[in-house]
Amino acid sequence: MISESALSTIKSLLKPDKTWLTPFNIVCGVILVLGAIATLLRFTFGLSAVTNLTDYQPWGLWIGFDLLCGVALAAGGYVTSASCYIFGLKRYHSAVRPAILTAFLGYALVVFALHYDVGRPWRLPYPFIVQSGTTSVLFEVGGCVALYLTVLFIEFTPPVLEWLGLKKARNLVVKLTLVLTIFGVILSTLHQSSLGALFLIAPSKLHPLWYSTYLPVYFFVSSIIAGLSMVMFEGSLSHKYMHDKMDKTHLEESENVVLGFGKAASFVMAGYFVVKVVGITMDNNWKYLFTGYGLWYLVELLGFVLTPCLMYAVGVRERNLNLIRKTAGLAVIGIVLNRFNISLIAFNYHLPLSDRYFPSIWEFVVSAFIVVVGLLVFRFISTHTPILYEHPEYKEAHH
Amino acid sequence: MEFFTLQDFMTFTKGTAYLLIIGALLAFPAFWRFLTERETPSVRDDEPHEHH
Repeated sequence: MISESALSTIKSLLKPDKTWLTPFNIVCGVILVLGAIATLLRFTFGLSAVTNLTDYQPWGLWIGFDLLCGVALAAGGYVTSASCYIFGLKRYHSAVRPAILTAFLGYALVVFALHYDVGRPWRLPYPFIVQSGTTSVLFEVGGCVALYLTVLFIEFTPPVLEWLGLKKARNLVVKLTLVLTIFGVILSTLHQSSLGALFLIAPSKLHPLWYSTYLPVYFFVSSIIAGLSMVMFEGSLSHKYMHDKMDKTHLEESENVVLGFGKAASFVMAGYFVVKVVGITMDNNWKYLFTGYGLWYLVELLGFVLTPCLMYAVGVRERNLNLIRKTAGLAVIGIVLNRFNISLIAFNYHLPLSDRYFPSIWEFVVSAFIVVVGLLVFRFISTHTPILYEHPEYKEAHH
Repeated sequence: MEFFTLQDFMTFTKGTAYLLIIGALLAFPAFWRFLTERETPSVRDDEPHEHH
Protein backbone atom coordinates (compact mmCIF):
# COMPACT_ATOMS: atom_id res chain seq x y z
CA MET A 1 0.00 0.00 0.00
CA ILE A 2 2.72 2.44 1.03
CA SER A 3 5.30 3.25 -1.63
CA GLU A 4 8.99 2.20 -1.57
CA SER A 5 10.15 5.79 -0.99
CA ALA A 6 7.95 6.19 2.09
CA LEU A 7 9.22 2.87 3.50
CA SER A 8 12.85 3.85 2.91
CA THR A 9 12.23 7.14 4.79
CA ILE A 10 10.87 5.24 7.78
CA LYS A 11 13.88 2.88 7.68
CA SER A 12 16.36 5.77 7.45
CA LEU A 13 14.70 7.44 10.44
CA LEU A 14 14.97 4.26 12.50
CA LYS A 15 18.55 3.51 11.39
CA PRO A 16 20.30 6.71 10.23
CA ASP A 17 23.36 6.22 7.97
CA LYS A 18 25.12 9.37 9.11
CA THR A 19 25.60 10.94 12.51
CA TRP A 20 22.93 13.44 13.53
CA LEU A 21 25.43 15.51 15.48
CA THR A 22 26.16 18.22 12.91
CA PRO A 23 26.66 21.87 14.04
CA PHE A 24 23.31 22.81 12.45
CA ASN A 25 21.46 20.05 14.29
CA ILE A 26 23.12 20.90 17.62
CA VAL A 27 22.12 24.59 17.36
CA CYS A 28 18.60 23.57 16.33
CA GLY A 29 18.46 21.08 19.20
CA VAL A 30 19.41 23.75 21.76
CA ILE A 31 16.75 26.14 20.39
CA LEU A 32 14.14 23.35 20.44
CA VAL A 33 14.91 22.56 24.10
CA LEU A 34 14.71 26.26 25.05
CA GLY A 35 11.49 26.54 23.04
CA ALA A 36 10.01 23.59 24.91
CA ILE A 37 10.83 25.29 28.24
CA ALA A 38 9.28 28.57 27.01
CA THR A 39 6.18 26.65 25.87
CA LEU A 40 5.85 25.05 29.28
CA LEU A 41 6.19 28.41 31.03
CA ARG A 42 3.72 30.11 28.65
CA PHE A 43 1.00 27.49 29.07
CA THR A 44 1.42 27.01 32.82
CA PHE A 45 2.09 30.55 34.13
CA GLY A 46 0.43 32.60 31.35
CA LEU A 47 1.48 35.41 29.06
CA SER A 48 2.85 37.68 31.80
CA ALA A 49 5.44 35.08 32.82
CA VAL A 50 7.14 35.04 29.44
CA THR A 51 6.30 38.33 27.69
CA ASN A 52 6.73 42.05 28.28
CA LEU A 53 3.33 42.76 26.69
CA THR A 54 1.25 45.50 28.29
CA ASP A 55 -2.11 47.17 27.69
CA TYR A 56 -0.21 49.82 25.71
CA GLN A 57 1.37 47.14 23.55
CA PRO A 58 -0.82 44.05 23.44
CA TRP A 59 0.76 42.94 20.16
CA GLY A 60 4.49 42.37 20.44
CA LEU A 61 7.18 40.32 18.77
CA TRP A 62 4.97 37.28 18.24
CA ILE A 63 2.52 39.30 16.16
CA GLY A 64 5.17 41.58 14.58
CA PHE A 65 7.50 38.77 13.54
CA ASP A 66 5.72 35.42 13.63
CA LEU A 67 2.46 36.68 12.16
CA LEU A 68 3.11 39.81 10.07
CA CYS A 69 6.49 38.69 8.70
CA GLY A 70 5.36 35.07 8.49
CA VAL A 71 2.34 35.91 6.34
CA ALA A 72 4.25 38.37 4.13
CA LEU A 73 7.15 35.99 3.52
CA ALA A 74 4.75 33.13 2.79
CA ALA A 75 3.32 35.14 -0.13
CA GLY A 76 5.62 33.22 -2.49
CA GLY A 77 2.92 30.54 -2.67
CA TYR A 78 0.25 32.62 -4.35
CA VAL A 79 2.73 34.69 -6.37
CA THR A 80 4.45 31.64 -7.88
CA SER A 81 1.33 29.57 -8.51
CA ALA A 82 -0.43 32.59 -10.04
CA SER A 83 2.50 33.27 -12.38
CA CYS A 84 2.62 29.62 -13.44
CA TYR A 85 -1.04 28.59 -13.64
CA ILE A 86 -2.93 31.88 -14.17
CA PHE A 87 -0.42 33.87 -16.24
CA GLY A 88 0.77 30.66 -17.93
CA LEU A 89 4.48 31.23 -17.26
CA LYS A 90 5.28 27.52 -17.22
CA ARG A 91 9.02 28.16 -17.20
CA TYR A 92 8.65 28.87 -13.49
CA HIS A 93 7.00 25.53 -12.82
CA SER A 94 9.91 24.06 -10.88
CA ALA A 95 9.61 26.89 -8.33
CA VAL A 96 5.95 26.12 -7.55
CA ARG A 97 6.35 23.15 -5.20
CA PRO A 98 9.08 24.67 -2.98
CA ALA A 99 7.08 27.92 -2.88
CA ILE A 100 3.83 26.15 -1.94
CA LEU A 101 5.66 24.16 0.75
CA THR A 102 7.23 27.34 2.17
CA ALA A 103 3.84 29.07 2.12
CA PHE A 104 2.03 26.14 3.73
CA LEU A 105 4.62 25.86 6.50
CA GLY A 106 4.63 29.65 6.91
CA TYR A 107 0.86 29.82 7.43
CA ALA A 108 0.78 26.68 9.57
CA LEU A 109 3.44 28.23 11.83
CA VAL A 110 1.52 31.53 11.94
CA VAL A 111 -1.47 29.65 13.37
CA PHE A 112 0.87 27.70 15.66
CA ALA A 113 2.41 30.98 16.91
CA LEU A 114 -1.05 32.45 17.48
CA HIS A 115 -1.67 29.76 20.08
CA TYR A 116 1.14 31.30 22.12
CA ASP A 117 0.02 34.90 21.58
CA VAL A 118 -3.72 34.66 22.07
CA GLY A 119 -4.62 34.68 25.77
CA ARG A 120 -7.15 31.86 25.43
CA PRO A 121 -6.04 29.94 22.35
CA TRP A 122 -8.89 27.45 22.54
CA ARG A 123 -11.11 30.34 21.49
CA LEU A 124 -9.35 30.75 18.13
CA PRO A 125 -12.34 29.22 16.26
CA TYR A 126 -14.76 31.59 18.06
CA PRO A 127 -14.92 34.14 15.22
CA PHE A 128 -16.65 31.49 13.11
CA ILE A 129 -18.98 30.21 15.83
CA VAL A 130 -20.08 32.68 18.49
CA GLN A 131 -19.11 36.22 17.55
CA SER A 132 -21.41 38.54 15.66
CA GLY A 133 -18.96 41.15 14.37
CA THR A 134 -18.44 40.12 10.78
CA THR A 135 -17.57 43.72 9.89
CA SER A 136 -14.35 43.44 11.91
CA VAL A 137 -11.11 43.52 9.91
CA LEU A 138 -9.71 40.88 12.24
CA PHE A 139 -12.64 38.59 11.37
CA GLU A 140 -11.71 38.92 7.72
CA VAL A 141 -8.04 38.20 8.46
CA GLY A 142 -9.00 35.17 10.57
CA GLY A 143 -11.40 33.84 7.95
CA CYS A 144 -8.95 34.29 5.08
CA VAL A 145 -6.01 32.77 6.95
CA ALA A 146 -8.10 29.73 7.95
CA LEU A 147 -9.39 29.24 4.40
CA TYR A 148 -6.03 29.90 2.75
CA LEU A 149 -4.26 27.47 5.08
CA THR A 150 -6.78 24.83 3.95
CA VAL A 151 -6.19 25.75 0.29
CA LEU A 152 -2.41 25.56 0.79
CA PHE A 153 -2.75 22.20 2.52
CA ILE A 154 -4.62 20.78 -0.48
CA GLU A 155 -2.18 22.41 -2.93
CA PHE A 156 0.73 20.90 -1.00
CA THR A 157 -0.62 17.32 -0.99
CA PRO A 158 0.41 16.09 -4.53
CA PRO A 159 4.11 15.51 -3.64
CA VAL A 160 3.11 13.73 -0.43
CA LEU A 161 0.56 11.57 -2.28
CA GLU A 162 3.22 10.77 -4.91
CA TRP A 163 5.61 9.82 -2.11
CA LEU A 164 2.96 7.58 -0.54
CA GLY A 165 2.13 6.06 -3.92
CA LEU A 166 -1.54 7.12 -3.83
CA LYS A 167 -1.97 7.76 -7.55
CA LYS A 168 -5.75 8.24 -7.73
CA ALA A 169 -5.89 10.74 -4.89
CA ARG A 170 -2.91 12.61 -6.36
CA ASN A 171 -4.53 12.86 -9.79
CA LEU A 172 -7.77 14.13 -8.24
CA VAL A 173 -5.96 16.92 -6.35
CA VAL A 174 -3.92 17.89 -9.43
CA LYS A 175 -7.21 18.44 -11.33
CA LEU A 176 -8.11 21.10 -8.74
CA THR A 177 -4.89 23.10 -9.30
CA LEU A 178 -6.41 26.03 -11.21
CA VAL A 179 -9.39 26.44 -8.87
CA LEU A 180 -7.10 26.31 -5.83
CA THR A 181 -4.75 28.87 -7.38
CA ILE A 182 -7.63 31.27 -8.03
CA PHE A 183 -8.87 30.81 -4.45
CA GLY A 184 -5.32 31.38 -3.21
CA VAL A 185 -4.94 34.66 -5.08
CA ILE A 186 -8.33 35.98 -3.93
CA LEU A 187 -7.79 35.03 -0.28
CA SER A 188 -4.23 36.38 -0.26
CA THR A 189 -5.26 39.70 -1.79
CA LEU A 190 -7.87 40.03 0.93
CA HIS A 191 -5.88 39.14 4.02
CA GLN A 192 -2.47 40.52 3.03
CA SER A 193 -4.06 43.95 2.67
CA SER A 194 -6.28 43.49 5.74
CA LEU A 195 -3.22 42.91 7.91
CA GLY A 196 -2.23 46.47 7.04
CA ALA A 197 -5.81 47.65 7.54
CA LEU A 198 -5.63 46.38 11.15
CA PHE A 199 -3.37 49.32 11.97
CA LEU A 200 -5.85 51.87 10.59
CA ILE A 201 -7.54 51.69 13.98
CA ALA A 202 -4.50 53.29 15.65
CA PRO A 203 -3.89 56.65 13.92
CA SER A 204 -2.69 58.25 17.15
CA LYS A 205 -0.38 55.39 18.11
CA LEU A 206 1.48 54.81 14.85
CA HIS A 207 3.99 57.44 13.70
CA PRO A 208 2.52 59.58 10.86
CA LEU A 209 5.24 58.49 8.44
CA TRP A 210 4.13 54.88 8.73
CA TYR A 211 0.43 55.55 9.29
CA SER A 212 -1.43 56.06 6.06
CA THR A 213 -4.87 55.28 4.72
CA TYR A 214 -2.90 53.43 2.02
CA LEU A 215 -1.60 50.87 4.59
CA PRO A 216 -3.65 48.02 3.03
CA VAL A 217 -2.17 48.87 -0.39
CA TYR A 218 1.36 49.00 1.07
CA PHE A 219 0.93 45.64 2.76
CA PHE A 220 -0.47 43.98 -0.35
CA VAL A 221 2.13 45.36 -2.77
CA SER A 222 5.00 44.64 -0.38
CA SER A 223 3.70 41.07 0.06
CA ILE A 224 4.26 40.51 -3.68
CA ILE A 225 7.86 41.74 -3.26
CA ALA A 226 8.24 39.54 -0.16
CA GLY A 227 6.88 36.50 -2.00
CA LEU A 228 9.10 36.94 -5.05
CA SER A 229 12.19 37.65 -2.94
CA MET A 230 11.51 34.76 -0.57
CA VAL A 231 11.23 32.29 -3.48
CA MET A 232 14.65 33.45 -4.76
CA PHE A 233 16.17 33.52 -1.27
CA GLU A 234 14.83 30.09 -0.35
CA GLY A 235 15.93 28.81 -3.79
CA SER A 236 19.48 30.03 -3.23
CA LEU A 237 19.60 28.31 0.18
CA SER A 238 18.22 25.08 -1.33
CA HIS A 239 20.82 25.36 -4.09
CA LYS A 240 23.59 25.65 -1.55
CA TYR A 241 22.51 23.03 0.97
CA MET A 242 20.22 20.66 -0.94
CA HIS A 243 21.89 20.69 -4.33
CA ASP A 244 22.02 16.88 -4.42
CA LYS A 245 18.22 16.68 -4.07
CA MET A 246 17.55 18.73 -7.21
CA ASP A 247 17.02 17.10 -10.56
CA LYS A 248 18.34 18.33 -13.92
CA THR A 249 15.15 20.22 -14.81
CA HIS A 250 15.10 22.03 -11.48
CA LEU A 251 18.74 23.07 -11.81
CA GLU A 252 18.28 24.22 -15.41
CA GLU A 253 15.13 26.22 -14.66
CA SER A 254 16.49 27.92 -11.55
CA GLU A 255 18.33 30.52 -13.66
CA ASN A 256 15.06 31.45 -15.42
CA VAL A 257 13.27 31.69 -12.09
CA VAL A 258 15.90 34.01 -10.60
CA LEU A 259 16.02 36.28 -13.67
CA GLY A 260 12.24 36.39 -14.12
CA PHE A 261 11.40 36.89 -10.46
CA GLY A 262 14.23 39.42 -10.07
CA LYS A 263 12.78 41.44 -12.94
CA ALA A 264 9.27 41.28 -11.49
CA ALA A 265 10.50 42.17 -7.99
CA SER A 266 12.45 45.15 -9.32
CA PHE A 267 9.45 46.55 -11.21
CA VAL A 268 6.98 45.98 -8.35
CA MET A 269 9.47 47.60 -5.94
CA ALA A 270 9.67 50.67 -8.21
CA GLY A 271 5.87 50.90 -8.04
CA TYR A 272 5.91 50.38 -4.26
CA PHE A 273 8.49 53.17 -3.89
CA VAL A 274 6.32 55.57 -5.89
CA VAL A 275 3.17 54.70 -3.89
CA LYS A 276 5.08 55.27 -0.64
CA VAL A 277 6.26 58.70 -1.81
CA VAL A 278 2.73 59.55 -2.97
CA GLY A 279 1.56 58.51 0.52
CA ILE A 280 3.99 60.97 2.12
CA THR A 281 2.81 63.79 -0.08
CA MET A 282 -0.92 63.06 0.30
CA ASP A 283 -0.61 63.42 4.09
CA ASN A 284 1.98 66.20 3.70
CA ASN A 285 4.44 64.37 5.96
CA TRP A 286 7.60 65.84 4.44
CA LYS A 287 8.34 67.78 7.62
CA TYR A 288 8.80 64.56 9.62
CA LEU A 289 11.55 63.30 7.33
CA PHE A 290 14.16 65.45 9.06
CA THR A 291 13.44 64.10 12.54
CA GLY A 292 14.95 60.98 14.15
CA TYR A 293 12.03 58.80 13.07
CA GLY A 294 12.20 60.42 9.63
CA LEU A 295 15.81 59.35 9.17
CA TRP A 296 14.87 55.83 10.23
CA TYR A 297 12.01 55.95 7.69
CA LEU A 298 14.50 57.00 5.01
CA VAL A 299 16.75 54.07 5.97
CA GLU A 300 13.79 51.77 5.31
CA LEU A 301 12.64 53.50 2.13
CA LEU A 302 16.00 54.20 0.50
CA GLY A 303 18.06 51.38 1.98
CA PHE A 304 15.56 48.54 1.80
CA VAL A 305 13.22 49.54 -1.05
CA LEU A 306 15.03 51.77 -3.54
CA THR A 307 18.46 50.11 -3.15
CA PRO A 308 17.23 46.51 -3.67
CA CYS A 309 15.01 47.77 -6.53
CA LEU A 310 18.08 49.14 -8.35
CA MET A 311 20.25 46.15 -7.37
CA TYR A 312 17.64 43.77 -8.81
CA ALA A 313 17.50 45.87 -11.99
CA VAL A 314 21.29 45.86 -12.44
CA GLY A 315 21.41 42.13 -11.60
CA VAL A 316 18.75 41.31 -14.22
CA ARG A 317 20.35 43.53 -16.85
CA GLU A 318 23.81 42.08 -16.29
CA ARG A 319 22.38 38.54 -15.80
CA ASN A 320 24.25 38.50 -12.49
CA LEU A 321 22.48 35.69 -10.59
CA ASN A 322 24.69 36.09 -7.55
CA LEU A 323 23.74 39.77 -7.21
CA ILE A 324 20.03 38.98 -7.61
CA ARG A 325 20.18 36.26 -4.94
CA LYS A 326 21.98 38.58 -2.51
CA THR A 327 19.43 41.30 -3.24
CA ALA A 328 16.66 38.83 -2.43
CA GLY A 329 18.18 38.48 1.06
CA LEU A 330 18.29 42.28 1.42
CA ALA A 331 14.66 42.60 0.29
CA VAL A 332 13.55 39.94 2.78
CA ILE A 333 15.31 41.89 5.58
CA GLY A 334 13.56 45.03 4.30
CA ILE A 335 10.13 43.43 4.58
CA VAL A 336 10.89 42.25 8.12
CA LEU A 337 12.11 45.76 8.98
CA ASN A 338 8.93 47.31 7.56
CA ARG A 339 6.66 45.02 9.59
CA PHE A 340 8.77 45.65 12.73
CA ASN A 341 8.58 49.41 12.18
CA ILE A 342 4.81 49.36 11.88
CA SER A 343 4.04 46.94 14.70
CA LEU A 344 6.87 47.67 17.16
CA ILE A 345 9.31 50.51 16.48
CA ALA A 346 7.05 53.32 15.23
CA PHE A 347 4.10 52.03 17.28
CA ASN A 348 3.52 53.95 20.53
CA TYR A 349 6.27 56.33 19.39
CA HIS A 350 4.87 59.04 21.65
CA LEU A 351 5.41 57.08 24.87
CA PRO A 352 8.46 57.77 27.06
CA LEU A 353 11.21 55.19 26.66
CA SER A 354 10.45 53.68 30.08
CA ASP A 355 6.93 52.76 28.91
CA ARG A 356 8.02 51.43 25.54
CA TYR A 357 7.87 47.73 24.80
CA PHE A 358 10.94 45.59 24.31
CA PRO A 359 10.46 41.83 23.90
CA SER A 360 11.55 39.54 26.72
CA ILE A 361 14.17 36.85 26.15
CA TRP A 362 11.43 34.20 26.13
CA GLU A 363 9.61 36.00 23.34
CA PHE A 364 12.80 35.81 21.25
CA VAL A 365 13.17 32.15 22.21
CA VAL A 366 9.64 31.28 21.05
CA SER A 367 10.13 33.13 17.75
CA ALA A 368 13.47 31.36 17.13
CA PHE A 369 11.82 28.06 18.12
CA ILE A 370 9.10 28.57 15.51
CA VAL A 371 11.63 29.43 12.79
CA VAL A 372 13.67 26.31 13.64
CA VAL A 373 10.56 24.10 13.60
CA GLY A 374 9.79 25.51 10.12
CA LEU A 375 13.34 24.94 8.87
CA LEU A 376 13.47 21.36 10.13
CA VAL A 377 10.04 20.43 8.73
CA PHE A 378 10.95 22.06 5.39
CA ARG A 379 14.22 20.10 5.29
CA PHE A 380 12.48 16.84 6.19
CA ILE A 381 9.69 17.21 3.62
CA SER A 382 11.91 18.46 0.79
CA THR A 383 14.45 15.70 1.48
CA HIS A 384 11.94 12.87 1.38
CA THR A 385 9.19 13.96 -1.02
CA PRO A 386 9.40 15.14 -4.64
CA ILE A 387 9.64 18.89 -3.97
CA LEU A 388 12.99 19.72 -5.58
CA TYR A 389 12.82 16.91 -8.12
CA GLU A 390 10.13 15.20 -10.14
CA HIS A 391 8.85 11.80 -9.10
CA PRO A 392 9.98 9.34 -11.82
CA GLU A 393 6.44 7.98 -12.23
CA TYR A 394 4.94 11.42 -12.94
CA LYS A 395 7.57 12.93 -15.26
CA GLU A 396 5.17 13.17 -18.16
CA ALA A 397 2.17 14.13 -16.06
CA HIS A 398 0.47 17.43 -16.77
CA HIS A 399 -0.55 19.53 -13.82
CA MET B 1 4.63 75.16 4.71
CA GLU B 2 1.62 76.35 6.65
CA PHE B 3 -1.96 75.95 5.48
CA PHE B 4 -4.94 77.94 6.65
CA THR B 5 -7.69 76.34 4.60
CA LEU B 6 -8.51 72.85 3.42
CA GLN B 7 -8.43 74.25 -0.10
CA ASP B 8 -4.77 75.28 0.36
CA PHE B 9 -3.88 71.89 1.82
CA MET B 10 -5.58 69.93 -0.95
CA THR B 11 -4.12 72.13 -3.66
CA PHE B 12 -0.62 71.53 -2.36
CA THR B 13 -0.89 67.80 -1.61
CA LYS B 14 -2.91 66.85 -4.69
CA GLY B 15 -0.78 69.07 -6.89
CA THR B 16 2.44 67.43 -5.67
CA ALA B 17 0.90 63.97 -6.00
CA TYR B 18 -0.14 64.65 -9.62
CA LEU B 19 3.35 65.87 -10.47
CA LEU B 20 4.87 62.80 -8.86
CA ILE B 21 2.56 60.47 -10.74
CA ILE B 22 3.27 62.15 -14.07
CA GLY B 23 6.99 61.76 -13.30
CA ALA B 24 6.46 58.09 -12.42
CA LEU B 25 4.46 57.43 -15.59
CA LEU B 26 7.31 58.87 -17.65
CA ALA B 27 9.95 56.96 -15.65
CA PHE B 28 8.30 53.51 -15.67
CA PRO B 29 8.63 52.81 -19.43
CA ALA B 30 12.28 53.94 -19.28
CA PHE B 31 12.87 51.70 -16.27
CA TRP B 32 11.19 48.76 -18.01
CA ARG B 33 13.43 49.33 -21.01
CA PHE B 34 16.49 49.42 -18.75
CA LEU B 35 15.36 46.09 -17.23
CA THR B 36 14.61 44.25 -20.46
CA GLU B 37 16.69 45.67 -23.32
CA ARG B 38 19.49 43.10 -22.95
CA GLU B 39 17.09 40.18 -22.62
CA THR B 40 17.54 37.19 -24.90
CA PRO B 41 14.45 35.28 -26.00
CA SER B 42 13.87 32.42 -23.56
CA VAL B 43 11.77 29.28 -23.81
CA ARG B 44 8.27 30.18 -24.90
CA ASP B 45 5.56 29.16 -22.52
CA ASP B 46 3.16 27.99 -25.20
CA GLU B 47 5.72 25.55 -26.57
CA PRO B 48 5.24 21.94 -25.53
CA HIS B 49 6.85 21.66 -22.14
CA GLU B 50 8.24 18.48 -20.68
CA HIS B 51 6.42 18.93 -17.38
CA HIS B 52 3.46 21.21 -16.89
